[in-house]
Amino acid sequence: MEKTETHHGHKYGMVIDLDKCTGCGTCMVACASENNVTVRSDETDKERSITWMKLYKIDNGKPFPETEVCYFPRPCMHCDEDGHGGHHSPCVSVCPATATKLDHNTGIVSQIYTRCVGCRYCQAACPYHARYFNWWDGYSFLQPYSEGMERALSPEVSPRMRGVVEKCTFCHHRLMSAKNRAYAEDRRELEEGEYITACTEACPAQAITFGDLSNHDHEVYKLSKSDRAFRLLERLNSKPKVYYLSSKEWVKKFADNYTPDQIQPATKKEI
Amino acid sequence: MDSAFIPEGAKRCSTPVFFFWTIPWVMLLAFGGFSAALCLIFGLNQTHMSDVFAFALWIVFDLAVIALGAGAFFTGFLTYIIKKDELKDIINAAVIIGFICYSGAMGLLAIDIGQPLRNWFFFWHANVHSMLVEVSFCISCYLSVLLIEYIPIIFENRKLDEVKDFHFFGHHLHHIMAIFAATGTFLSFFHQGSLGGMFGVMYIRPFVARWGFYIWPWTFFLFILSAIAAGPCFTILCTKLTEALSKKKLVPDNTIQLLAKISGGLLTLYLILKILDTYAWVNGILPQAGQGLSDFGSYTTMMLTFEIGVFGIIPMLLLITPFTRKSNFWLIIACLMNCTGIVLNRYIVIIGSAALPVMPFDKLWTYMPTWQEWGIALGMIGYGFLIFSLSYRYLPVFPKEKELNSF
Repeated sequence: MEKTETHHGHKYGMVIDLDKCTGCGTCMVACASENNVTVRSDETDKERSITWMKLYKIDNGKPFPETEVCYFPRPCMHCDEDGHGGHHSPCVSVCPATATKLDHNTGIVSQIYTRCVGCRYCQAACPYHARYFNWWDGYSFLQPYSEGMERALSPEVSPRMRGVVEKCTFCHHRLMSAKNRAYAEDRRELEEGEYITACTEACPAQAITFGDLSNHDHEVYKLSKSDRAFRLLERLNSKPKVYYLSSKEWVKKFADNYTPDQIQPATKKEI
Repeated sequence: MDSAFIPEGAKRCSTPVFFFWTIPWVMLLAFGGFSAALCLIFGLNQTHMSDVFAFALWIVFDLAVIALGAGAFFTGFLTYIIKKDELKDIINAAVIIGFICYSGAMGLLAIDIGQPLRNWFFFWHANVHSMLVEVSFCISCYLSVLLIEYIPIIFENRKLDEVKDFHFFGHHLHHIMAIFAATGTFLSFFHQGSLGGMFGVMYIRPFVARWGFYIWPWTFFLFILSAIAAGPCFTILCTKLTEALSKKKLVPDNTIQLLAKISGGLLTLYLILKILDTYAWVNGILPQAGQGLSDFGSYTTMMLTFEIGVFGIIPMLLLITPFTRKSNFWLIIACLMNCTGIVLNRYIVIIGSAALPVMPFDKLWTYMPTWQEWGIALGMIGYGFLIFSLSYRYLPVFPKEKELNSF
């Protein structure tokens, strides 16, 4: 077989089953560890704490014993472009230095740290708060508290410097590794499950499924077509590649905004 | 002591008095410099900006001063292109104010970005789809134009004018000033607009998202109009302040009146379009996004009412009514209110878009700047006072000064 790189227009995406999620936070820890996310001795300032995968806790607002709680893991949504001459991904089109790109072969929205100027326009444009700025030096001699921590760094992922924006990359380095393995084995295509993100792998409840949303044989494709499936802020047309599953109507209503005449949102009436 | 440098025939305060006048502004500038050094050395963790408030006080300041500095390009356009000769009596002041505003804003932006040494990436890796690229290109180029417009004024200093080369250079620059005025107008239109476009294109932020024409959302055109409506008023305010402090008449009344009248007319047009835009936003964009004005809270509605009603319609009425416009007191009130209105507009757009949540389970965010953020902002004010004071003292800023004060 000829060893040439082929592009088949994959669209990698994620489906998170909120009915299964227990809110244990393993996905957050696995993500941070895998991707060399910096840790400071004081992480109490949650507006400046870096969490590529963030867990939101929501409830139906009803008093005990009718209280129901749901955990909402939120990675980067890897928003797609409209494709009909309409919108670009919200963050990609605004970046002045082309430091963030939507790869049409994978659907992954990347972040080029060495090109980012730190203007933070992409952060202003992202309504999911999925982008994080490095307010401090991470693993650097300038930060004494990080001494020795460099030994825990993964060599697969570049650490980020102060003053640049970072975000979930769908563990892009894992895609590279999987492709390298396939190349060495004379394969042109990746098998399902050969490339999955760290959070998918770590989730003890198997609430996260990862795969190619454009491949009808992949589990993510089937799950994304489920009656339980919905996306976050879908009506704003940002076309996220992260789907959620829930059997609860009040959870689904939490995913978007509604005016009183459109639907009675559980969030506003019941809280 | 420095009388040889003071324009011929002009009366200025004594050197010690001028020295003491500059002390507070130098101190403010030093405070700003110290705050900037802290931010550059230790990083933006010196501020209270966050992943939520990516744009904060400095961007409000930037957008506000750039709008207020619009008097420079617009007066230049009226003077050199439309040939409103009366405005030649105030064009120098407008250019200097514009230069102060734009250079100060550029300085602020250089500190505001996380990697200041990569500022050239805006040009090298330019993303043509980004409104911020349009802003960076046009502001950088326009600052160069302002410098070219400012240089001949500097060369008119009594001592510098004695140097033959400076004299000829300045003289010839004056002759081709119309070209620079036209270039400045073109560049300014685009960056004032793209500053508004920056927010209008954020279609996933319904609070600021706007439809538009071609690639430009309506905020593009509204920002241009609001800037050219408020910029001349800021020029008038600075002139009136200089007149009050120097106890002299510096600009003829007809010049001020013409500028105020144009400002009033433009403010009227802006407010009509702004009200239409707000109506379309409330009844079109917001319901499409599943939101209503009430979702943003009474504070937002109150701020919008203040912006459009109190600091929009009232100064508009004061400026278009000949009786109030001709009264010095009401003219100053109108100019102050007009400038406040535009600052409020920029504040609502920037802080509102960050503070108001889009995800239903998100919360309303709050923000309070640190002293370092205030320090840099105040430093810019000190810088402005200093440059304008030095210019007024040593350069023939107001051509009619001698004539208006000869007894």
